[in-house]
Amino acid sequence: MSVTIDDFSSHYKEIRKMKHTGLVLEHAEEYLEKIYRKYCHEKGSIIPILQEFENEFGYIPEEAIRWIAERLEIPESRFFGVATFYAQFHLKPRGKRIITACSGTACHVKGSERLINGIRRELNLEEGEDTTEDMEFTFEKVNCVGACSIAPVVIIDKKVYGKATTDKIIKEIKSLKTGQ
Amino acid sequence: MKDKGIRINICMGTGGIAAGGAQVMEAFKKELRKAGIKASVGKRCTMHKVGCRGLCAKDVLVDVVKDGNKFTYQFIQADMVPRIVQQHLIENNPVSEWLVGEDYHNFHNKQVKVVLSDCGNIDPEDIEAYIKVKGYEALKTVLKKLTPEKTIEIIKKSGLRGRGGAGFPTGTKWEICRGVEAEQKYIICNADEGDPGAFMDRSVIEGNPHAVIEGMTIGAYAIGADIGYVYIRAEYPLAVERLKLALKQARKKKLLGKNILGTKFSFDIKIKLGAGAFVCGEETALIASIEGERGMPRAKPPFPVHSGLWGKPTVINNVETLANVPYIIRNGDKWFSSYGTEKSKGTKVFALTGKVKNSGLIEVPMGITLKEIIYDIGGGIENDKALKAVQTGGPSGGCIPAGMVDIKVDYESLAQVGSIVGSGGMIVLDEDDCMVNVAKYFLQFTQAESCGKCVPCRIGTKRLLEILDRITKGNGKETDIELLEKLGNDVKSASLCGLGQTAPNPVLSTIKYFRHEYEAHLKGKCPAGVCKDLLTYYILEEFCKGCGACMRACPAGAITGERKKPHKIDPEICIKCGACFEVCKFKAVGKE
Ligand SMILES: Cc1cc2nc3c(=O)[nH]c(=O)nc-3n(C[C@H](O)[C@H](O)[C@H](O)COP(=O)(O)O)c2cc1C
Ligand code: FES
Repeated sequence: MSVTIDDFSSHYKEIRKMKHTGLVLEHAEEYLEKIYRKYCHEKGSIIPILQEFENEFGYIPEEAIRWIAERLEIPESRFFGVATFYAQFHLKPRGKRIITACSGTACHVKGSERLINGIRRELNLEEGEDTTEDMEFTFEKVNCVGACSIAPVVIIDKKVYGKATTDKIIKEIKSLKTGQ
Repeated sequence: MKDKGIRINICMGTGGIAAGGAQVMEAFKKELRKAGIKASVGKRCTMHKVGCRGLCAKDVLVDVVKDGNKFTYQFIQADMVPRIVQQHLIENNPVSEWLVGEDYHNFHNKQVKVVLSDCGNIDPEDIEAYIKVKGYEALKTVLKKLTPEKTIEIIKKSGLRGRGGAGFPTGTKWEICRGVEAEQKYIICNADEGDPGAFMDRSVIEGNPHAVIEGMTIGAYAIGADIGYVYIRAEYPLAVERLKLALKQARKKKLLGKNILGTKFSFDIKIKLGAGAFVCGEETALIASIEGERGMPRAKPPFPVHSGLWGKPTVINNVETLANVPYIIRNGDKWFSSYGTEKSKGTKVFALTGKVKNSGLIEVPMGITLKEIIYDIGGGIENDKALKAVQTGGPSGGCIPAGMVDIKVDYESLAQVGSIVGSGGMIVLDEDDCMVNVAKYFLQFTQAESCGKCVPCRIGTKRLLEILDRITKGNGKETDIELLEKLGNDVKSASLCGLGQTAPNPVLSTIKYFRHEYEAHLKGKCPAGVCKDLLTYYILEEFCKGCGACMRACPAGAITGERKKPHKIDPEICIKCGACFEVCKFKAVGKE
């Protein structure tokens, strides 16, 4: 199975725009070729390649996997197998802002569950979903960010909020919503 | 230290940065410039970024050293800096009300620091700082004076055991690997740190990355490896950055790379980023992950020391294990084995968290009692509540009830009561914690992280979780407790790797010591008031001032009432989110 690079290029531009980098790459192939060359001689490169994609696009576009799998002559299924195994990889595009709640043990005993439910309710997220329909917010849970002594911890766009309360975090989200 | 001049150390570990460390640092720079202090003391007025110093609950912690006298401030924010500069540095009159108190000193007094001895005192981004405290001297001794065999003997004699969980004797592991004939061997540092409530390894790498590199290089020399990997969680960006920098500095000084220190020994270290899977902490899964595959464990034997990475003999050691090595070589095996108990030597780092007053990173001699840790170092339970239990070992460990706090903390004693030392998570639980909920929490974690390769773990953990779930929802069956015990033991004995073999521990140990809580849930009550489905929220009319705060906070619109008159919660509409309970200043919301 193959994808025409034209299909991919247009998709690629979309992704780039979505990331609000302001940068539209003309040639997706150029980028992929670069990645190919960087890893073609390395053993065990599936994870590093997926990590490159994740950093570049904010998620892993299926087209990119197809392209690189064909070029490296590794079955696509191996890439998908790895991509779905690890929590760090996302096969769906993610929102503009990332809200992360710690659900580590210390945060759990200090009430992160209630906090998490509150945030999901505020973002109107359905069961099993983690990105809002307008692609503004993605909500995710992580295990211990190592700031247990200020548990519970929520991170919004890399800013850490310690001793978080539902009230405080919802206020923060509301102000982000109106500030858009 | 009797050096003249001014030194300011600001806690810049993850905890410190989260609490505003960077802003405090900026403020100091600005104020010092403004006051012209830099000019008068010249270069000695340096600003150090120190790694984690343990007591994260009091962040941002700042040391001000003036003419050799050290004062430590707690809870410092940027807007407090001008006064410190003015009063302490200019007027020579430390701001006494912001200094750390007695509990800070108690926190430190009972600890014995080996692995953490330099963390928090040296700049982790500067190799010279490590060298100044005798860093890399152990490596020099080993490469120039000791044979690999002699090195292994010292580690064996010291009694050092793996800090990653299983407690396997490190020297023995190295010896076995040394004995295997192969042209290529590897050493791997396991920095995956999967326990979801612990951050020891990360703090060691953030606070003293060179000790880990030195330990790894010594290990490589001992077993005969020339390539090493550090497998580290991608969720630890600061640790990764500092490790990368440290590797670069070490290479530049010929402490890594070809012909280290002019000897025939060559060795280099690569970093591999984990991608977020707990099971990858297990050694065979970790190897699969470095090879770029799904991180699934395989049956042992063969053990990695015989057939590991790419099929070559491989030693895998935990971060803390390796960080102990340079200190053992430098100070001797007798010095190390003078700490600890008969079978558990040395010290152990724990992440003391939960409902304890002083939470943070601690390092204690093996064999200290749990009581000393919680009350002397930890300062007791927060808000003067009653201690209920201590959870050790994370998802593979168990809960130790309050009645057993006189127990010694070492590998054997904890195993005897159904828990483990594990990698060092230690979570203190108080009367407000529901033990069934805690068990369910850990099982949710292990069930989600089970890689799915073997049936007992994949399906067993799922079934265990379903049973726990129905118990916490008030739908438990009378036979459920026995079923949990039976199924738990089956999963333990039939699973392929350590994940499944230990996953039922939190359930089994809570049933053992807190059976009455399980029984209460079967009768429809959660004694601690945690399990949502078994609770009802109501308003205590005699305390309600009718301020309306709860009404505004309620996302479901379940609360009604006129201003200044007691409000009411409609149990039909209430979604039991607890928002009203959280906002009420008058303690007028009750739950049962
Ligand atoms: C499910 C599972 C998770 C583990 N996670 C870790 C970990 O995060 N860090 C670690 O050092 N060891 C972990 N281990 C233990 C390792 O398999 C291995 O025993 C250890 O890294 C060996 O190093 P040591 O002898 O220095 O302790 C884990 C084991 C299992 C079964
Ligand atoms: S458990 Fe949340 S920061 Fe550690």
